[in-house]
Amino acid sequence: MKKRSRDNPRKNLTEAGEPGVGIRPHAEMLTQIDTSSDQREALSGKNSAKMESGSKTQQELDKIEQQITHLQSLGGQTTEAQREMAELGARVKELRRDVSAHLNAWERTELARHPQRPYTLDYIDRIFTDWSEIHGDRSFGDDPAIVCGMARFHGEEVLVVGNQKARDTKQKVYRNFGYANPEGYRKAMRVMQIAEKFKRPIFTFVDTPGAYPGLGAEERGQAEAIAYNLREMARLRVPIITTITGEGGSGGALAIAIANRVLMMENAIYSVISPEGCASIMWRDATKKDLAAQAMKITSKDLSEMKIVDEIIAEPAGGAHNDHAEAAALVDGVLQRELAELKKMSAEQLVDSRYQKFRTMAQFYQE
Amino acid sequence: MPWFKRQPVTLDASGEKNVRTEGLWVKCEQCRQIIWKKDLDENMSVCPKCGKHFRIDARTRLAQLLDDNQYETFDTNLSSTDPLSFVDLKAYRNRLQAAQRDTQLKDAIINAYGKLDGRPVIISAMEYAFIGGSMGAVVGEVITRAIERAHDARTPLIIVSASGGARMMEGVISLMQLAKISAALARLDGAKVPYISVLTDPTTGGVTASFAMLGDLNIAEPGALIGFAGPRVIEQTIRQKLPPGFQRAEFLLEHGFLDAVVPRKELKAYISRALAFMIP
Repeated sequence: MKKRSRDNPRKNLTEAGEPGVGIRPHAEMLTQIDTSSDQREALSGKNSAKMESGSKTQQELDKIEQQITHLQSLGGQTTEAQREMAELGARVKELRRDVSAHLNAWERTELARHPQRPYTLDYIDRIFTDWSEIHGDRSFGDDPAIVCGMARFHGEEVLVVGNQKARDTKQKVYRNFGYANPEGYRKAMRVMQIAEKFKRPIFTFVDTPGAYPGLGAEERGQAEAIAYNLREMARLRVPIITTITGEGGSGGALAIAIANRVLMMENAIYSVISPEGCASIMWRDATKKDLAAQAMKITSKDLSEMKIVDEIIAEPAGGAHNDHAEAAALVDGVLQRELAELKKMSAEQLVDSRYQKFRTMAQFYQE
Repeated sequence: MPWFKRQPVTLDASGEKNVRTEGLWVKCEQCRQIIWKKDLDENMSVCPKCGKHFRIDARTRLAQLLDDNQYETFDTNLSSTDPLSFVDLKAYRNRLQAAQRDTQLKDAIINAYGKLDGRPVIISAMEYAFIGGSMGAVVGEVITRAIERAHDARTPLIIVSASGGARMMEGVISLMQLAKISAALARLDGAKVPYISVLTDPTTGGVTASFAMLGDLNIAEPGALIGFAGPRVIEQTIRQKLPPGFQRAEFLLEHGFLDAVVPRKELKAYISRALAFMIP
């Protein structure tokens, strides 16, 4: 870890970012923000606990961009200065892309959990029309942490199922912070079977820290509910497309993710346990979460390389939280293409190819 | 200056120490009874006083369930490639080697083909001593192969679970094993081949949340810890102590998630009875 006082580029950024500071310092300090690994460590390492959300570097880049615009608007500068500022602006854009491409696993985890990140209902709002929610598992209750409903996708009748998080405290409690209970998984399965019965494609959106680890959840069979979904989803005779939009938290995510196509947003994560959970078990220290995140290989790039997800969906610059409409449009485009392909397949082909997909997945062993 | 000086005394205890007692006696964790190891073994590792079921290894399990301890193992050569090159406080590679040395197994599972009361069965038995019976790519693949064998040969399948859940050192690869196994069980179910899930102490996490809960019958040994989340995680989440007996086999029976809690001595007879019902 580098000493913050001398080497931390962020500190320089803030100082240099004050209005009225000359242009040269900008150029000097910008060259310092390369994304070599130790620099990134300096940015993300020990300070990560203080980072509430997203990447600080991104926020700093936002500030610089604003200040460049501000300086340009002041006018009265030489053409030389104007040209240099334009160059700096371009450089910021380039760096932003570069930073996004080089975010480490923990930084992406923070983006995946960003409070302004679009949630399932945000996507439903922008991608689908005629949304009619379906509630309840018909045996215990309704779980607001999972939303299900009928919708139209470019005019076509489809079923949408997704984890739902929330932004303000009251809503967060109502949605149980996105942690579903057994009745949520049972509701999801129940409505997916309705979709199968009426031959409607299923879209699922995954964004959950995990299945709820509570007393009631255990009493009502959390494990059984998930297990049942895994088995039954595997044999549904309609197209299923899953998009991991934020956190793919272990069994709680997988329980609605046995799909023909598994897509993953660029900054989403998918893992067997949260980085904090892994750190507290394997390192006996929950603050080692950045190490755990790195070690578990949970980013879209890692998962795509391991062929666990089929496709990565790009996000707006800096992350989906910056522009919900653009994020939704990007998802929409991929969903249209994938659904068109799946619709060419017969029910048998859909079940068979889904089986083969999971059967041949993650075969990391030697004989 | 001290008034007196203690003389160092050398004790001669060699005569006593020559009697070897280590490993001959076992203390029951539940009733604190000291049990003669041989008595315990003869009682199928169940405490003769309080009935506590001690954990047993996969080979002992197979010997208890299959006729005359005769069985053929298969899929024995699969071993993990350490796909994430995972290193926490120790390297996963080293953990694997140590576990392989200690258990003489390649991973936490044995597939066996044998006869149970004269009826051919396939048993997949998990080995808790191998990294907590955790499930990574190898365990997932070996169990899936057992399911496929059972499917193709239309032979009843028994999976004996003893596992802390998915193997963290293989990350999301472990998670995908849940999907793979459950999908294979959907096929087995479709082919109407019997599958009996036996849950033993402990069965938690991703193992419970997949194949362990998907049997035509899910039966457990008395006192076995069975659950999705671990008790400590739940306590941290709800910030209160858990009631006694929570997540024990009897608790799950009461809540309707087990078909029966069967003592070890009656396990083979129960399975045999169930297979008679399921096979024409």
